[in-house]
Amino acid sequence: MANEASIDPAQLSGDGVRRRDFINIAAVSVGGVGVLAALYPLVAQMAPSADVLAESSTEIDISQIAEGQAIKAIWRKQPVFVRNLTAAEIADADKVNVATLRDPETLEQRTTAGKKNWLITMGVCTHLGCVPLGASDGEVKGEYGGYFCPCHGSVYDTAARIRKGPAPKNLEVPAHEFTSDTIVKIG
Amino acid sequence: MVRLFGPLVGLFFAVALFWSFGNGAYVAMTEEVPETAEEMFHKHPEEVAFSFDSAMGTFDKRQLQRGFQVYKEVCANCHSLKHVTFRDLAAIGYNEAEVKAIAKQWPSKAQTFDPKTGDRGERTNLPSDPFPAVYYAGQGVPPDLSLITKARHGGPQYVRSLLAGYAEQEGYKNEQGIELLKKFPDAKTPDGLYFNPYFANLNLAMPAPLVSDGQVTYSDGTSASVKQMSTDVSAFLAWTAEPKLDKRKQTGWAVLGFLLFATVLAYFAKRNVWSNVH
Amino acid sequence: MSFPWAQEYKPVNPLMRYLDERLPLPRFVYNAVGAGYPVPRNLNYMWNFGVLAGFALVMQIVTGIVLAMHYAANAGVAFDSVEHIMRDVNWGWMLRYGHANGASMFFIVIYIHIFRGFFYSSYKAPREMIWLLGVVIFLLVMATAFMGYVLPWGQMSFWGAKVITGLFSAIPFVGEPLQQWLLGGFAPDNAALNRFFSLHFLLPFVTLGVIILHVWALHIPGSSNPTGIEVKTESDTVPFHPYYTAKDGFGLGVFLIVYASLVFFAPNLLGHPDNYIPANPMSTPAHIVPEWYFWPFYAILRAFTYDFFIIPAKLMGVLAMFSAILVWFFLPWLDNGPVRSGHYRPLFRKFFYLLVIDVLVLGYCGGAPAAEPFVMISQIASMYYFLHFLVILPIVASIEKPQPLPFSITESVLGKDKSAVLRPEMSSTPATA
Repeated sequence: MANEASIDPAQLSGDGVRRRDFINIAAVSVGGVGVLAALYPLVAQMAPSADVLAESSTEIDISQIAEGQAIKAIWRKQPVFVRNLTAAEIADADKVNVATLRDPETLEQRTTAGKKNWLITMGVCTHLGCVPLGASDGEVKGEYGGYFCPCHGSVYDTAARIRKGPAPKNLEVPAHEFTSDTIVKIG
Repeated sequence: MVRLFGPLVGLFFAVALFWSFGNGAYVAMTEEVPETAEEMFHKHPEEVAFSFDSAMGTFDKRQLQRGFQVYKEVCANCHSLKHVTFRDLAAIGYNEAEVKAIAKQWPSKAQTFDPKTGDRGERTNLPSDPFPAVYYAGQGVPPDLSLITKARHGGPQYVRSLLAGYAEQEGYKNEQGIELLKKFPDAKTPDGLYFNPYFANLNLAMPAPLVSDGQVTYSDGTSASVKQMSTDVSAFLAWTAEPKLDKRKQTGWAVLGFLLFATVLAYFAKRNVWSNVH
Repeated sequence: MSFPWAQEYKPVNPLMRYLDERLPLPRFVYNAVGAGYPVPRNLNYMWNFGVLAGFALVMQIVTGIVLAMHYAANAGVAFDSVEHIMRDVNWGWMLRYGHANGASMFFIVIYIHIFRGFFYSSYKAPREMIWLLGVVIFLLVMATAFMGYVLPWGQMSFWGAKVITGLFSAIPFVGEPLQQWLLGGFAPDNAALNRFFSLHFLLPFVTLGVIILHVWALHIPGSSNPTGIEVKTESDTVPFHPYYTAKDGFGLGVFLIVYASLVFFAPNLLGHPDNYIPANPMSTPAHIVPEWYFWPFYAILRAFTYDFFIIPAKLMGVLAMFSAILVWFFLPWLDNGPVRSGHYRPLFRKFFYLLVIDVLVLGYCGGAPAAEPFVMISQIASMYYFLHFLVILPIVASIEKPQPLPFSITESVLGKDKSAVLRPEMSSTPATA
């Protein structure tokens, strides 16, 4: 502004001042929005990547599991026990008075309808996350014939329900469905 | 001190450089650099327009699917695509069931190793698997194609020109009409190599992979000329090298739009702040 | 230190007052880049690049830390882990392209910052220490960039590491053991990759430390300015905030537009295709070149093609390449004329423009194949480079007759109106002159 005559009187009035401040506030606000937008990818990059998500469900072939046998499968980098219960084990599980249990659930509630012999649970003790014994041949199954966690002595029965020891809950049953008679999809 | 020694050091380097320059100039004047077949006959990639060339351009999914078909039926016999997974194919328009089927039917299988028993074996590919590695017994390992268009000057244009550019060396002439074997009789392609003017040293180990029109039958009815197949598979390989291209440009426009707005605003804010100073 | 008329920090908010009495961090910021730092009022846009370089460093640190969460520094999987970032990690492609092109933007900004220093002789007393620290920063950034380029473990990474560590083998007697010590082996491999990653992570923070010293040293005499004459009165300055924060905000916007155009529309423009081929110790790329920002120095390295008496060409090249930067350390004493700004130094100005062209030519030759005519051109250009700094500048400084300087910064902005010069409180009164 070379001389006073060129000054627009509106700029000196109250309205003008507010309008002029507005552009500064707007510029700073838009800058703030930009910073927030730039933060989004920096935060989002820590979420599971596409290759990890692609393995969030797994299919297990159960045709080779004989009655009374169990296998350990891997799902989301954790063990899953797939167990083909014998008639005696099913009877044992059904015999129990559910009301007396720490985490009351029946075997029916823990298995798919019509596939009561297929007990599919996480191999992760609900106490502190150890892998219980009892899924592989020759491992200790504990006094209730299910699973036994060697870390702190939690004992699970043939429906993988907590019966004794420090664990608060039954072994978790992951979401699963039978896509055919021999294939079960977990997750 | 600095003003004394500085100029001396400067002159030292200048003289040493002049020595190299003088020697080099003498050699350049007295010795003739022989012409080489590579220099005279190597061709730059043909200009081919792809849908994804411009800043606005995106991949043409139909073309990528055709290109994938060419890869699957021709290239995949020798070349792997190890950075790409079957699930990635969803991005070029295959649905979940199709991806599963492609993975299942893929001729080379995923390798397995049981650390308990030490057994090595095979299993069917899953959508989460990468395209299995291809070993070509006794022939070495042909280059992996995942990144080929980013790993070569000229990118997809180069790949396309190379695939469609095999020529008969006998009687081959360059644009100036000079015949290769007359000018350089020693440049004859050795046995086991194949002549291609788009390849840097004119001879490569890969025989022409796309040899006849209709080698691949496109399901969308596009006529499969050698040029068409070469173009399609080059586009597919551009996608395997840069699968995030569409998203990148899309994000780019949003970012640029925002930045332009913010910068204009910042300019007026700056003028506003400075208005009482000058 | 600052000018006596610098505004003092007066916390209004009781919380800020409480903080100010115990840990005066807000006061520190206020005096460093706030209203408490008076800056010459006549700075042009060339003075934006220091702040931009600082921004670029912060951006590189942020994207780098994020990339390090996904990158694996192992020769067996490094290349694949970069591809994993590009394909599977959420926004990984943007972070990696952002980091790679961020390095280029960092160098563009630094080079402009350095050449601004050349033109306005910002290295002259009393600002020598700022300049020396700046050269240290430049060396640190070059080392960091070089090691970062090795990390993807592509062909150029591998051969770049081999060639650059090979430079040390030119040193007589200790060269070869030194090279093996640097690499932790006979050729670049896992050991080298791991230490380069470690140092690539460390050096930016060292750089940050030196930048703090650089800015500290800057605040002693205050910023230089396009006239090169010192601040005399309050009317010569304006407070950094809001005047230069606003100006830098606009500059940052322009910087980001260029940066975003590269990242989103030409992310591989400044890279080399060979680095998308995994490292292969058995086959050298046809044409090894470093990243573009090293090209001028690479041209000087390659310009020595014949042994100079008893000194082998290889050693001469290495000496010259390092000297090309080391001469900058002596600049304040090589060019010691009284006048700073190139605006008032007609003879100096001509040589300055020649230097700009010279460095551009060197850059072009450094990126070109090692063949004629590029070798001969780079020999001439290297010659001029050394003569410029070591011979021409001292001579120009002693024979040149500078043009008359304005009386004050205010006069240079507003013209010879005495009333303007004497007018106090320039910043608080609305537009008049």
